[in-house]
Amino acid sequence: MDNPILTLKSVGKRFPGVVALKGVSLEIARGEGRVLLGENGAGKSTLINLLAGLYPADEGEIAFDGAPYAPRTPTDAYRAGIRVVHQELSMMTQMTVAENLMFERLPQRFGVVNYRETNRRAAELLAEVGLDVAPTTLVSRLGVAQMQLVEIAKALGHESKLLILDEPTATLTSKEVERLFEILRRLKSRGVTILYISHRLQEIHEIGDQVTVLRDGQLVATQALAGLSVPDIVRMMVGRRIKDEHAFRGDVKVAGEALRVEGLRINAHSPPVSFSVGRGEIVGVAGLVGSGRTETARAIFGADPKIAGEIFVEGERVTIAAPKHAVRAGLCLMTEDRKGQGLLLGLSCAENITITDLKKISLHGLLERDVERNEATRLVQELRIKTPSIDQTVRNFSGGNQQKVVIAKWLFRGSKVLICDEPTRGIDVGARAEMYGLLWDLAADGRGILFISSDLPELIAICHRILVFAQGRVVGELPRAEFDQHRILSMAYEEYGLERSS
Amino acid sequence: MSEAAEAAQGKRAGAIWNDLLRFGMREAGVAVALVLIVVFFSATAPYFATPENFLKIFVQIGINTVLASGMTFVILTGGIDLSVGSVLALCTVVGALIMINKELPIALSIPLALLGCMGVGALCGFVNGFVVEQWKIPSFIVTLGMLNVASGAARVTSNNSTITGLPQPFVDFGNLIVLGVFPSIFLIAVGIILIGWFILRFTVFGRIIYAIGANEEAVRLSGHNPRIYKVAAFTISGLTAGIAAMVYLLRLNVGSPIAGIGYELNAIAAVIIGGTSLSGGKGSIIGTLVGACIIQVLSTGLQLFGVGDNVKPIVIGTVIVLAVVLDAYRDRFLRVIESR
Repeated sequence: MDNPILTLKSVGKRFPGVVALKGVSLEIARGEGRVLLGENGAGKSTLINLLAGLYPADEGEIAFDGAPYAPRTPTDAYRAGIRVVHQELSMMTQMTVAENLMFERLPQRFGVVNYRETNRRAAELLAEVGLDVAPTTLVSRLGVAQMQLVEIAKALGHESKLLILDEPTATLTSKEVERLFEILRRLKSRGVTILYISHRLQEIHEIGDQVTVLRDGQLVATQALAGLSVPDIVRMMVGRRIKDEHAFRGDVKVAGEALRVEGLRINAHSPPVSFSVGRGEIVGVAGLVGSGRTETARAIFGADPKIAGEIFVEGERVTIAAPKHAVRAGLCLMTEDRKGQGLLLGLSCAENITITDLKKISLHGLLERDVERNEATRLVQELRIKTPSIDQTVRNFSGGNQQKVVIAKWLFRGSKVLICDEPTRGIDVGARAEMYGLLWDLAADGRGILFISSDLPELIAICHRILVFAQGRVVGELPRAEFDQHRILSMAYEEYGLERSS
Repeated sequence: MSEAAEAAQGKRAGAIWNDLLRFGMREAGVAVALVLIVVFFSATAPYFATPENFLKIFVQIGINTVLASGMTFVILTGGIDLSVGSVLALCTVVGALIMINKELPIALSIPLALLGCMGVGALCGFVNGFVVEQWKIPSFIVTLGMLNVASGAARVTSNNSTITGLPQPFVDFGNLIVLGVFPSIFLIAVGIILIGWFILRFTVFGRIIYAIGANEEAVRLSGHNPRIYKVAAFTISGLTAGIAAMVYLLRLNVGSPIAGIGYELNAIAAVIIGGTSLSGGKGSIIGTLVGACIIQVLSTGLQLFGVGDNVKPIVIGTVIVLAVVLDAYRDRFLRVIESR
């Protein structure tokens, strides 16, 4: 390729316990529309964040516009001519649309903002993306789709050489998407390069010339998009298999039902969700981020409100309006955000374990510390939590050990149903294998396990059954005999394509 | 002994050493600072190291210690209570009015006054907590409101005048010095601290207070209702403000609607110097007692040095900030010890 705008040479990035990107090399031509694809956790966001200057690469070289490129801050990225529209919106919601749009270069005289000029230019940008709101509207009054358009307008307002869009259409209607593509095509004809990420495989042909697929942090292939069908693309994304087939230990030996959910609805727009988990069964939940997996789990547990639905634990109907009801009924939720929602980071290992059932370690409201120590020590040994003492603060624990503390606290409570949301995220390979073994032990004891994961090979390796979520509902349910990465992935993605064309 | 056992032994010895070091750093850090300050003033300031002076200090820390003990509960949950000073004022008025009522026998009026103070204080605290939790409003704002409301209520109830003429036995009790060493006021303060220490360290309630400060959402998802405990913490803070009002009456013998101005800041300072983190979850009420002592010792010591009332706040203000800076270093140091 002559004179590419962006060149990556064996770029790598690791986080504690995880290799996020490894040896990625690619070139993007000037004025090209490049689509970046991959499953959750394939490394797309890491790649974008490197380019946006959020953190540096650990290895490899990046060249942008003919010069070595190593941004230290987002400002460096802007200066170089790279603009990113992130998936998570970052707006100053208590300021007007115009102020948000023009914030980095407010028209001013002697330090005083010229609001007339600010609003005039903002109106131009809004017209360009076809967003019909007054520049003086407060951003907090906009809907999510409108905010997304403002973000895009903001990126357009600055002359950029490379425009990166991370799932810009996730919240837009088809009309708005059409408009966005029109704008992107116009930018391309002006020579702006576009790096585009989307889960909606149907629409990427509209804008992309070439597609690059990542998997497990590595580059799978870069191909011309023309002539590639959706199944072709899914095939490229489908990943490795877990080689350790011993992870699966056989069929359910315990009879009965652990958890049944009937007609659960989170809000007026969400479709009803129903499913069940047997005792001794591990049921996987697959789906893209935002497909309603986490939301459903939190609603079952009472962590977030729901508007309808019945929940049965071991056949008995339970009313759950708050987490404490769920805990009493024998449910537990291991949240995906271990540090933010699962652990008392500044407290000791023992205190973290016993928080779920303080009655068990107290008499008439007084703590019985020796009981607490014995119980905590027993669980620490049982789960092989590596710590010199149960008095250590869990802040210093490794990801794997922290996750074991979370499991320990629910074992201490004696939960009958475990809902695990991404329990192996950020955990190294050895600790993962241990985690699978643990979950299997728990299932063999007669507990029901709902296992949410973005790691498809992992689900396929250890689950009895997999539910596929998309657009807030269960779009498929596969027994172990029918597990197939390709099929599950298609189900998870297809829903979005179908919705678009209808 | 096998190699593995030896290694374990070595590790255990290391762990014990670490535990000691940790205990020293965490619990004794402020106490050591207090001892150093006392030694310094004893050696340099005239009259500092006299029994009379220590008695005076013991009496003077009473009110602030009681206020700060309740404040510790609130700060441990991650909140703040700015209203304690004016709640104290309101309670001194209520307590004094009950006690000067000639129709009640003294044997009845004094306990009633105590109950009245505790009741009014607890009610103010409960309202603080309820509003904070019901409408999810920052406690800074709610208690700032209560600061004004209670202050106004104190003026209205007292007709904006001081109330004197407390019964003599009550006044005598305030001047009592047990065993010639411990003023009654000091014993009350220490008693409150010990009760607080017991609650925070040995009860389920205390455990949850710490846990909420560490991570409220995790506590909620572990099956507890954090709101109840937070309301309780504010109620306790109001309650101790009521008790502090009684201590105030014992010491100054007048109920006054303008009592307690700025006391809330002294109480917060004692808690913070004592090593409790403003973001919650970390600290101890014994530290709070030590913090209150440090403030008073500094104040008295500086006075004996001849440092004027105008310069004193400069020193004390500096100490407050310094304490938190040192605390941050101590944290970093502890983390290094624990991770090795």
